[in-house]
Amino acid sequence: MADRIFYAMYDDDDVLKDGAKKLVAKGVKINEVFSPFPIHGIDPIIGVKHTRLGIMAFLYGLTGLLLATIGMRFFMITDWPMNIGGKPSQTYLQNMLAFIPITFEFTVLCAAHLMSITYLLRNKTLPGRKAENPDPRTTDDKFVMEVRLSENGKFSSDEISAMLKETGIIELNQKELN
Amino acid sequence: MHKEAAIREPLILGHKTYHDITNDVCQPIEDKAPRMWYVLFTIAAIIGLYGVGTILYLLGTGIGVWGLNKTVGWAWDITNFVWWVGIGHAGTLISAVLLLFRQKWRMAINRSAEAMTIFAVFMAGLFPLIHMGRLWMGYWVLPLPNQLGSLWVNFNSPLLWDVFAISTYLSVSLVFWYIGLIPDFATLRDRVKNPLSKRMYSLLSFGWSGRAKQWNRFELVSLVLAGIATPLVFSVHSIVSFDFATSVIPGWHTTIFPPYFVAGAVFSGFAMVQTLLLVLRKAMKLEDYIHHKHVEYMNIVIMVTGSIVGVAYLTELFISWYSGVEYESYAFINRFSGPYAWAYWSMMTCNVFSPQLMWFKKLRRSLLFTFIISIVVNIGMWFERFVIIVTSIHRDYLPSSWSMFYPTAIDIGIFIGTIGLFFVFFLLFARFFPVLALNELKTILKSSGESFKNAPDRN
Repeated sequence: MADRIFYAMYDDDDVLKDGAKKLVAKGVKINEVFSPFPIHGIDPIIGVKHTRLGIMAFLYGLTGLLLATIGMRFFMITDWPMNIGGKPSQTYLQNMLAFIPITFEFTVLCAAHLMSITYLLRNKTLPGRKAENPDPRTTDDKFVMEVRLSENGKFSSDEISAMLKETGIIELNQKELN
Repeated sequence: MHKEAAIREPLILGHKTYHDITNDVCQPIEDKAPRMWYVLFTIAAIIGLYGVGTILYLLGTGIGVWGLNKTVGWAWDITNFVWWVGIGHAGTLISAVLLLFRQKWRMAINRSAEAMTIFAVFMAGLFPLIHMGRLWMGYWVLPLPNQLGSLWVNFNSPLLWDVFAISTYLSVSLVFWYIGLIPDFATLRDRVKNPLSKRMYSLLSFGWSGRAKQWNRFELVSLVLAGIATPLVFSVHSIVSFDFATSVIPGWHTTIFPPYFVAGAVFSGFAMVQTLLLVLRKAMKLEDYIHHKHVEYMNIVIMVTGSIVGVAYLTELFISWYSGVEYESYAFINRFSGPYAWAYWSMMTCNVFSPQLMWFKKLRRSLLFTFIISIVVNIGMWFERFVIIVTSIHRDYLPSSWSMFYPTAIDIGIFIGTIGLFFVFFLLFARFFPVLALNELKTILKSSGESFKNAPDRN
């Protein structure tokens, strides 16, 4: 599909944010922003929804909690109760106090690792992946806003570049996709 | 947007731009290593190799080559283990707890402190493993199905809790550190000229592109990891203290141990961070990012935790007398007046007296003084563990079995060797990894950078 991508480059995060606000007010759809560090407050402007990874972390933590409980109940109560100095070991509830530390550690272990794996998968950042930032300077001190012609049907290509140029950019690059 | 009280000292000195930050951190990695680096690396590697040699000798011969005897069954091995774990407490505390408290000064030190944590925990982990004597049986501590029927590891044992605590702490710290490193590796990837370095950093950066959504997730993941790493930090050293506190040995059997160990761990960890960073900032010319203010903040932490440790020592001493248990009280009388009194009083001087000097503003802002105190604290904290472990057991209930502990060459070799290995890892880190969290520092430039703070047209 033929398309044209505009890469508007800024040298300041606040200028980009102000520019993005103005463009969005005019009805331009901003496809993506590439930056060397998180720009606070950009997400609601360009319509990036807040991530749900936090919810996942909670669920992963619960999974860990459950696995640790089931595991220790099986090992220490069902399969082979150990008599350690006559301390109560007949039911899980009686013996639970000694299981708290590992239950906690395992909960944290599962929450942290599974969340991190989900994070890497969702971000598509994995070993061997190629970088997709349009300009190497965006990991240093430049900020790039990406606008696609196909997603801005009501504007012509010239209109988009004119609007971008008004927002204090330092460079404008265009790329044709065939 | 970027307001901060003018009264606060700037955290980034000089007139820096975003590009300057990138340059200042990446340039030393791209340049040839200074000769001093090679000198230090060689020394550390030789000491480290000697340590590896002594470990191999120990594994080949058995742990009888240590100076342990029937009465003193735990000595330098566990002392070193607890010492290293303690040092490993500062990194995650800095990056997790200080993140939750939104302390911006953490950003200059968190990366290298976390690296220090990870390497210190590596060193710590070595000791319980080699203490098994048969290292290849190490997996027996895991609850794996086995041929012996229902033979499970004992989940009631604090030693097993420790296995879980240390391995969780190590792996979670590693992940936390690496997730922060990914965007910075991307910066290096897009900068370096050498094709081999480019490939390496490309691989390490996992194809990070800095999209808005990626940063959105990045911030949340950092926050959640900080949230769950915070109780983890406190739990790990509490559990290390349970190794002693749940026993019935006079001198170990005390309920004060968990908070006391955690404070001691933070105390020694921060001291090690100071030792390393004061050298690092000079060697890598990062004086604008890690300066008096950062050192002062860390010294305040050292002072507070050092005082907590001091109170704990005195409480322990008082309770041993007040309890009326003669064995308990003897354990402590023996500590401060027995054959190991020199160790006890070195510990008291290094850990209780020296951090109190930090009350003087001039001293806690002095870099040279801080460097000296940080080493004193590290020595003191080693003695603390030695005192707790050896003096509590060398004179037990039966005077005929009283004995002393004398380290052998292997004891000393393994301890010194871990210090060498630790520095090998740390020097490699300083050579090839971004030692400051680039992406985080850039976010505070406008609020805490000197030129931005004092600019008249700040919005």
